[in-house]
Amino acid sequence: MAFPVLSAIVFLPAIAGIIILMIPEERKTEVRVTALAAATFALLLSIFVYVSYDVAAGGYQFIEEYSWLPSLGISLKLGVDGISTPLILLTGVVMFTGVLISWGIDDRPREFFAFLFILASGVFGVFASLDLFMLFFFYEIAVFPMYLLIAIWGWVKTREYAAMKLTLYLFVGSVVALVGALAMYWESGLGTFDMLALQHANFSPEFQRLWFPFVFMGFAVLGGIFPVHNWSPDGHVAAPTAVSMFHAGVLMKLGAFAALRVGIMLLPEGAKYHMKWVILLALVNVVYGAFIAMVQTDFKYVIGFSSVSHMGLVMMGFATLTEKGLIGASVQMFSHGVMTALFFAAVGMVYDRAHTREIPKLGGMAKPLPLVAFGFIVGGLVSMGMPGFSGFVAEFPIFMGVWEVKPWIAIVASISIVITASYIMLVIRRVFFGEMPAEFEGHIGPIRVLDKIAILFLVSLMMLLGLFPSVMLPMVQSGVQGVLSLLGGA
Amino acid sequence: MEFINTHLLSTILFFPVLAALVMAFLPKDEHKLLRWTAFLASLVPFILTLVLWSRFDPNVAGFQFEEQYVWYEAIHSTFHIGVDGLSLTMVLLTTLLTPLAILASFTVVDRVRLYMILFLLLETGMLGVFMALDLLIFFVFWEIGLVPMYFLINQWGSKNRNYASLKFMIYTMAGSLGLLLAIQMLGVLFQTYDLPALYQLWPNFEGTLMGLPAATVKTVAFWAFVIAFAIKVPVWPFHTWLPDAHTEAPTAGSMLLAGVLLKLGAYGFLRLVLPLYPAESERFAGALAFLAVMAIIFGAFGSYGQDDFKRLVAYSSINHMGFVLLGIAAAAKAIGTVDATIALNGAVLQMFNHGLSAAGMFFLVGVIYERAHTRDLNAFGGLFPLMPVYGGILIFTSMASLGLPGLNGFVSEFLVVRGSWPIFTGYTAAAMLGLLFTGAYILKGIKKVLHGPLNERWVGHLTDINVRELLVIAPLMVLILSIGVWPAWIMDVINKAMTMLY
Amino acid sequence: MLGYDATSIMAILPEILLLLTGVLVLVYEPLWNKETQRRNAGWLTFGGLLATIVISLLFARPGAPQEVFGGMVRFDWLGFAFKMFFIFAAAMTTLFFMDHEKLGSRGQAYLLLLAATIGMNLMASAADLVMLYLAIETTSIPLYVLAGFMKDSDESTEAGFKYLLFGAMTSAVMLYGFSLLFGFTGTTDLYALMGALTAGQLPAGTAFGLIFLVTVGLGFKVALFPFHFWAPDVYQGAPTPVAAFLSTASKAAGFAVFARLFMVAFSSMEFSAIWVNFLAILAAVTMTVGNLIALGQKDVKRLLAYSSVAHAGYAMIGLVAFSELGIQSVVFYLIAYIFTNLAAFGAVAAFERVTGTTEIAAFAGLSRRASSLALVLLAAFLSLAGMPPFGGFVAKVFVFAAAVKSGLIWLAIVGVLNSIIGVYYYLTFLKVVYLYRSEDEDKPLPVPSPYLMALVVLSIGVILLGTVFAPWFGLSGNAAIALF
Repeated sequence: MAFPVLSAIVFLPAIAGIIILMIPEERKTEVRVTALAAATFALLLSIFVYVSYDVAAGGYQFIEEYSWLPSLGISLKLGVDGISTPLILLTGVVMFTGVLISWGIDDRPREFFAFLFILASGVFGVFASLDLFMLFFFYEIAVFPMYLLIAIWGWVKTREYAAMKLTLYLFVGSVVALVGALAMYWESGLGTFDMLALQHANFSPEFQRLWFPFVFMGFAVLGGIFPVHNWSPDGHVAAPTAVSMFHAGVLMKLGAFAALRVGIMLLPEGAKYHMKWVILLALVNVVYGAFIAMVQTDFKYVIGFSSVSHMGLVMMGFATLTEKGLIGASVQMFSHGVMTALFFAAVGMVYDRAHTREIPKLGGMAKPLPLVAFGFIVGGLVSMGMPGFSGFVAEFPIFMGVWEVKPWIAIVASISIVITASYIMLVIRRVFFGEMPAEFEGHIGPIRVLDKIAILFLVSLMMLLGLFPSVMLPMVQSGVQGVLSLLGGA
Repeated sequence: MEFINTHLLSTILFFPVLAALVMAFLPKDEHKLLRWTAFLASLVPFILTLVLWSRFDPNVAGFQFEEQYVWYEAIHSTFHIGVDGLSLTMVLLTTLLTPLAILASFTVVDRVRLYMILFLLLETGMLGVFMALDLLIFFVFWEIGLVPMYFLINQWGSKNRNYASLKFMIYTMAGSLGLLLAIQMLGVLFQTYDLPALYQLWPNFEGTLMGLPAATVKTVAFWAFVIAFAIKVPVWPFHTWLPDAHTEAPTAGSMLLAGVLLKLGAYGFLRLVLPLYPAESERFAGALAFLAVMAIIFGAFGSYGQDDFKRLVAYSSINHMGFVLLGIAAAAKAIGTVDATIALNGAVLQMFNHGLSAAGMFFLVGVIYERAHTRDLNAFGGLFPLMPVYGGILIFTSMASLGLPGLNGFVSEFLVVRGSWPIFTGYTAAAMLGLLFTGAYILKGIKKVLHGPLNERWVGHLTDINVRELLVIAPLMVLILSIGVWPAWIMDVINKAMTMLY
Repeated sequence: MLGYDATSIMAILPEILLLLTGVLVLVYEPLWNKETQRRNAGWLTFGGLLATIVISLLFARPGAPQEVFGGMVRFDWLGFAFKMFFIFAAAMTTLFFMDHEKLGSRGQAYLLLLAATIGMNLMASAADLVMLYLAIETTSIPLYVLAGFMKDSDESTEAGFKYLLFGAMTSAVMLYGFSLLFGFTGTTDLYALMGALTAGQLPAGTAFGLIFLVTVGLGFKVALFPFHFWAPDVYQGAPTPVAAFLSTASKAAGFAVFARLFMVAFSSMEFSAIWVNFLAILAAVTMTVGNLIALGQKDVKRLLAYSSVAHAGYAMIGLVAFSELGIQSVVFYLIAYIFTNLAAFGAVAAFERVTGTTEIAAFAGLSRRASSLALVLLAAFLSLAGMPPFGGFVAKVFVFAAAVKSGLIWLAIVGVLNSIIGVYYYLTFLKVVYLYRSEDEDKPLPVPSPYLMALVVLSIGVILLGTVFAPWFGLSGNAAIALF
């Protein structure tokens, strides 16, 4: 029997979290070292999965199945395909960098890392689950630590409100989807939650049309789809840096991914029927999100709304139901994950030193923090879809997909590119260049070595993907083929 | 060596990036080391381009030194590069101007490492556009080039740099939007971005697209392309970003901006618009010619009205690039005829020439600015006795710009006018009028700086041009003169390419 | 018929053992001097309860369902499973008793607890109306006393009295219902009733009346709307460990009766059509009312009281699904609920014995003051909110699944919406625990070892229920099959 690498990935963080909880509270350094070790190990495992995924063979790999509740057909079935493998890698990356830049957390680091790791377990679990029940199980696990992480370690002004708002939104979404999933389970008559079996359950078109909105929208809440995106900027802003990274970087992908896995792949007819309006919602996300981002004066809100805009592109790619759109959306999930992680890391580093995020009050940060500026600029270029960076590689196929379906939407959506470019450029200039306000002079200390590692790691990932799309595209393509075959070879 | 033989183009293309990477690891305070590394590194592509030039066979139709690699299989885009006579000329221009620009920037002391790195990256961006044979790759480099330029203006520019750089960025990106969409449409339609294939497919495409007749879609897509390139050229009325950007950019930035970046737009017309949209080009050639003439005339007027030396030169670029577009428009109207070929030859040569003279002019403005810290024409006057060598060079370069026979500008402008005359007689005549004003503003510039009563405040403050600066300007002068006297060496390549292309 | 064979003994073995424990406590209690007495009585009770569970599990497991003692008691897995959890709950409650200032020092408290447990055991296995009534009273009377155990506290006295009054009245109403049932059918045997209540014998109005009368009594036990009014006051007034027992075992016992009575005696088409809808509506209203009122609570015991009302509503969803899966999910739900709520009350009790208050605001800074206690509260409240990897999540999914399967999608959606309200107030409480600061942060908050033991066991149980749920679900399945 092969090494059960997926269960190792999924449970490693949770176990690490429990171990961390057992370390005495005062021994903060041990807590951090344990956390870093676990995160590094998780990253290595996820790289291992990524590298050893056999693209030529495609399909689901590393499958593990443990019967969990046979009488209801629940099993712990894990496996990854070409779409989820990059996301596993993404989670590993964000987890690793998140721990790196959270080194400085001094208030109850033990609980912080423990909750963060439980969250990570949930995230890994969702990406690797091939069982609908387990998917929900992990999904919820990924959601609730968020509340505590934001409420306890977040930004004092809004954390309570934002944390509660976020949790309720996500919880509403997930339980709505849960009802849909249960309906699927009974309707199929297969007596199993195995998604690979449910894919071939041949639900009647009426059934699919009825339940698709529940399932898709339920998950899409976490993907930040309009008009239920409101929780996300508030949540991003209130969260501590590492949590924002996780939140925007990985958690939002969770919603999009589950919407694809459960919504589109299990209810393809429903997807075809409802995509007309989903694509419109996504369009609103893309354009409206970009506009709102432009008028923000809080550094972090800018990034928060840009996430809304970018996740709209993911949804839009899904909604095309075409090969290109799905490929683009899948890559965008990865690209955006790395990018926002970097953004939030950069914002956090500035905030930690300047203690303000008001863009007009900042300036000249590039001088004391050159690497942060560099990271943010690269993130910005990715964000505006600059060729040569991962954002372009992701967004271009999405647009192509949209062209195939609804050309005018592609044209309208492209406005967001210019808007994005303008607000990103403005933010870069105002925060990192220009005159540094007098009160910061001499108060902006350098960043830690660990922070530097995190930034450079994220930057190199984005450039690597941007310059050599073939490091990821064939894999994603094979995954998308699987989706397309369910959609009837469209 | 074998590798370089088989990968000549990609070596030229990526050597600057490599050098930039190396430089990133050099100590940031060793200015001298950084400058020389950058300069020597930028010489390598130039030397390789000379090798390329010597090995290039102008008599062969199609692209040479082609290289093709897997890049983005999922959307059928490959990393396909190659050159023909047209792109070769532009590659030469780019690799020539970059070392000169770097040499011109030896006086920069603020964040030298980053500055040099950006220049090298900029070079790759520009070269990529000229070499790309894949529409998507074209676009990739097209956009990438923006970034270093943005930061060069934004970080090393003068007072108004924030406004100017953002305007530059947003104008170009907004312009590219239509291009991006049109490219996507082509990609979706044909499932390939390969240019040689698209040359065959798209012009012959008929039927309906998205429920619209192909002709309508083509027209819209044509304008999407045209606007993107017109902004870059820039063509009146899309030119307003240019004076700002030029004025605010550091000297070397202006040199490359005027010398190469503007050519990207014109190159886009020649490489993409004419071959992909022959019918539409013909149909709208009149409009293009009109815009070109407006650019010539307004560029000249605008230039005449400036009191800022750099702005004056900037507006002159609009004026000169107008001739390029006029040639292109004329060729579009009557493609295949001898007149058209002459006009095209003129346009391409004008691109090259303007690259030389504009770079030279901006450099010379920079030289005096560095000394006087002002560019106000009214503050100068009578400087000839103070800086005789500089004065001589300025007059020489200005004359090239003005189109004095015996210098390069005359050759190309003559060819354009000669080619367009039978095709657009009226417009060409109007353009001649513009030429008159060209003379006016250039003479004004010379007069205000060099002649007239000596402004006493400069006595003892202005020193003559130094050796390094001479080294920068000298190659340009040599080329200006050589093309003016004996244009055949370059015309041969251009002419054959134009004949075979269209 | 009255042969006391081995099976009969096996059927009531747990009760016999409990009785034995009680006798032992009675005998030994006077022998201990005051100093060490309270712990010993507690440990003796705890040991007895533990031994009861172990012995019963080893020797007294039921086979095929069997009626013993002339049909008074039914020996099946439904009863057995519930019994085990009642005894477990009693054992945990004993641990909570031990270090309680008022309860721990009195042998009577343990005796009363044992008596109530015996009553619950009989409730779970009673197969005859008479037996059922007796069992309910056996359970209730000791609990009345326990609720009012703190004689010098007005609140506790009020709680005991209120519980008594409500209990007496509702059980009178229920008894009236039982007598009517006997009057109409001539039998008190639940399984005979099933046959007797067949089509057409009773007009629909009468049938509804009967169901209503019975529901009043049982609804009181499980705190179903509108018979829940006692719960907040009693929970708040009663000693916290007693409240823990009331809200878990006692409620579960009520559901055991609900399940047996309704799934067996009232299982005919005519009857089920009536009570399924009736109880479905009650369930929806119960959880909504419970959750909405819980939102505004300032005292954690009252909050838990209203939440327990809401949970009665969720559990009821499984019952009205009227299917094997439904009962299975109810049983699972109750198991999870027993663990979870005991943990919650236990942690609150541990907090209360040091600080003397259960105001929510007083919990501020707890995570810094006693991080392990805070973690227990975290697990318990998240489980109540229905979050994985805790038992509450799986339990909720199962009852919703049962509802969806039976076509009660509206009820599932009401349940879903309610659980969202639940998330809000549970998290609000956790926010106080984890987020708010307090001046008392540095004061120690010692947790006595019996508490610690119980809380660790319960927390592990809550997590096991939420992760390795197959065995528990299998057990619930065995229990459910016994009814069909």
